Amino acid sequence: MTKLRRKIYMVAGYNTISMGTGRKEFNPKKERPGLEEYMKEAGQGVLKAIGGAQNVDEAVIGNFIASRFNAQGNLAAFVPFIDEGLRFKPTVRVEGACGSGALALVTGIRSVLAETAEVVLVLGVEVQNTVKAIYGADILAAAGWAKERKDGHAYFFPGKFSDRSKAYAAKFGEEKTRAAMAQWFKNAIENARLCPTAQEYHNTVKDLTALGMSKPNPKGFVDALNVFDCSKVSDGASAIAIVSEEGLKRCGISKSDAVEVISFGQASDDITKAPEDLTKLVATKNAVEKALASAGIEKDMIATVETHDCFTIAGIMAIEAIGFAEYGKGIDFVLDGNTSRSGKVPFNTTGGLIGWGHPTGATGVHQAVTIWEQLTGKAGDSQITINPDRPYGLSINMGGDDKSLVAIVYKKG
Amino acid sequence: MNYTEKLQNVTVLGAAGKMGSGILLLTAIEMADLSLKPENKGKLFVLNAMDTSSEGLKGLMKYLKTQILKAAEKKIVGLRDVYKDRKDLIDNSDIINQYVEDVLFIVRPTLNIEAAYDSTVIFEAIKEDPDLKVKVFSQINQNNKKSPWFCTNTSSIPIKLIDSKANLGGRVLGVHFYNPPAIQKLVEIIKPANADAELVEFALMLAKNLKKIVVPSNDYAGFIGNGHFMRDALYGIEQTEKLTNKFTFPEALYIINKITQDFLIRPMGIFQLIDYVGIDVCQYIMSVMNPYLKDEDLHSNLLDKMLELGVRGGQNSDGSQKDGFLKYEKGKPVAVYNINSKSYTLITDIQTKCDDALGKLPLSIQPWKAVVGNKDKESIFITYFNELKATETMGGELARDYAKRSKDIGLKLVADNVALNENDVNTVLLTGFFHAYGPINDYLI
Repeated sequence: MTKLRRKIYMVAGYNTISMGTGRKEFNPKKERPGLEEYMKEAGQGVLKAIGGAQNVDEAVIGNFIASRFNAQGNLAAFVPFIDEGLRFKPTVRVEGACGSGALALVTGIRSVLAETAEVVLVLGVEVQNTVKAIYGADILAAAGWAKERKDGHAYFFPGKFSDRSKAYAAKFGEEKTRAAMAQWFKNAIENARLCPTAQEYHNTVKDLTALGMSKPNPKGFVDALNVFDCSKVSDGASAIAIVSEEGLKRCGISKSDAVEVISFGQASDDITKAPEDLTKLVATKNAVEKALASAGIEKDMIATVETHDCFTIAGIMAIEAIGFAEYGKGIDFVLDGNTSRSGKVPFNTTGGLIGWGHPTGATGVHQAVTIWEQLTGKAGDSQITINPDRPYGLSINMGGDDKSLVAIVYKKG
Repeated sequence: MNYTEKLQNVTVLGAAGKMGSGILLLTAIEMADLSLKPENKGKLFVLNAMDTSSEGLKGLMKYLKTQILKAAEKKIVGLRDVYKDRKDLIDNSDIINQYVEDVLFIVRPTLNIEAAYDSTVIFEAIKEDPDLKVKVFSQINQNNKKSPWFCTNTSSIPIKLIDSKANLGGRVLGVHFYNPPAIQKLVEIIKPANADAELVEFALMLAKNLKKIVVPSNDYAGFIGNGHFMRDALYGIEQTEKLTNKFTFPEALYIINKITQDFLIRPMGIFQLIDYVGIDVCQYIMSVMNPYLKDEDLHSNLLDKMLELGVRGGQNSDGSQKDGFLKYEKGKPVAVYNINSKSYTLITDIQTKCDDALGKLPLSIQPWKAVVGNKDKESIFITYFNELKATETMGGELARDYAKRSKDIGLKLVADNVALNENDVNTVLLTGFFHAYGPINDYLI
């Protein structure tokens, strides 16, 4: 893919709290905010920073499956609910399972590239604590092929990634794989503790490694993952504005408060086919390669990565898919501290899916917001140092088991 | 002994009661799991839920549905395998709903005892009344041609008495679940000398399949659980009465309840426990046990008096405590009954005086909740009781005496051959009463 034909920026990111177990204010027995409230909070958060609804040309909503979690379809029509000023604006909802958020971003980017819009409001939202996890697993299984559900695990996706983890461990060593997964978990929680909107912000567990090393319990859960290897059930929304240079001016935002979208890579794989090799994320690799090629940069120029660690093993395999470590060496890369916040390439600096939370349809947008915060120095306590020699950020959002992929490369505006 | 065959037709008597409903739930799930095994396809499994209360049976069915649903959700991983050949069941929700149906369809609620005439196993959880139990067992035994096995949930009546009076020829066993049976891990199995060996084998297998901790108890009234609890309670009552020399009745009661909870690091004080079980139930169990005991009188005038005044304790249907010796708000004691004025005295009105009189708790004290699941609890208790030994306050003295008495009761259960060994006594207190440490220990030596 060639370079983008127009300069594209992201500005004014906003995250709601990622709500669910772990947050002190979460009580499953009490009534909680619904989809509408989350969309409104995130949407208004952005509108406030870009000078109001009148500056918006279009809006895109990323959501996986409100039709089942919330018995709600037609989400695009919630945009005017965010602000009356958005009434009659063109809006669309996009879906690609847990990759819905980044697909929404890409849809917004395409609108600006196509010059049908100068300012696009992009939101991701999911409210999943409406059902118990065991029924949520049924709903989330829709990210896989429906015809596979019958033979799948009760916890369908943990089952899929447990198989991947098992295959990886068999090939590259069980002990080291487990240790690296525990380290990934530890990094995630430590990062989340620095971000007030993170689901694990209140986590005070002293010995995180011990938790991460817990032995999987195949009778109650899956064969090769413990619960700490998994992202939690989350409610939340994230939003950001995608704008052209003209859009920046319209909103009165300076480039230094924006990130530039340098490139994006998108790839889909056949949902009806099982992975050829359980130890590799091939669609992820494809999307990242496209994004880096389009940006014309090397991986070593990346300062920070937000990757889709729905499970710890997915985080480790993504390292190899990007090429930071050779095949089978992702575990060493993590254990050597390279992905921690003080490491060579800090990954998931606000906790990622495991630490910050995984409101599925919002995750891709949340990743963009985190990169925007980091590159523009707005990450508060989570802020990492960005070396001017390595000014780029990378986000990877995945739908299903390595099926719907978006990778985006960013740079400070 | 064919375990599956024996479980194809079962009756639970008193199925709508607190103990009966739990036993019914566990049995229903066990029977359904058997029925779902490929080798048992086509076999009929029937579980009669017999009770004299129609309203109670309605409540039972509601309880069952909720509890089976919870159980199904918990074991969904295994259930997907059980139903793997059912192509129509795809989502977890499909499988869970099917399982709830499969368990419920085994259960037949009934008001008629005749239902038990076809059963091979009878579980009994009716009133703790020896004559009633004997009458019911005799009637079933005379009309049932299958020579059924009887498992009684009595917590106090000697099994051999039921056996001989109902003429069961050794086909009866004490299978004493703890309250609530679906949650409490402990089952006391009380085996009279002439017990049918196959019945014992069956009961042990059932308990194992229900993932219970089995403690065998010899056939002496009260067995291990109530053998300890009733004497421990009586000691608490006597100590309270003694203290009324220096304190008012509510103060004395507050003090002993605090000694048994805070100083002895137990889940609740002895008077709260009496309330939890029910003052009437405690009095009744003592009266059932007492005729069989030599050299001791297991009876409390105080309990009689409380009941005369209509103060009974016990639990509401949601499991919350009814007022008894103590008055409860949101599960916590807030007032103490004053037997003289026949009213409750607020704890806040007497607390400071009593706590001052008791003196400070040893420094290393931790609440029961913090200790019970702690891996290092052994060393915590060693430190704590060492401090307690050196505590020269009224509280320290009362607590030491109480712990010693509790230990003596345990040792006596072993000496009297009620318990086979000291470890079994400790297991019953740890698992059936949720104590954090067994009463037979060397902490105070």
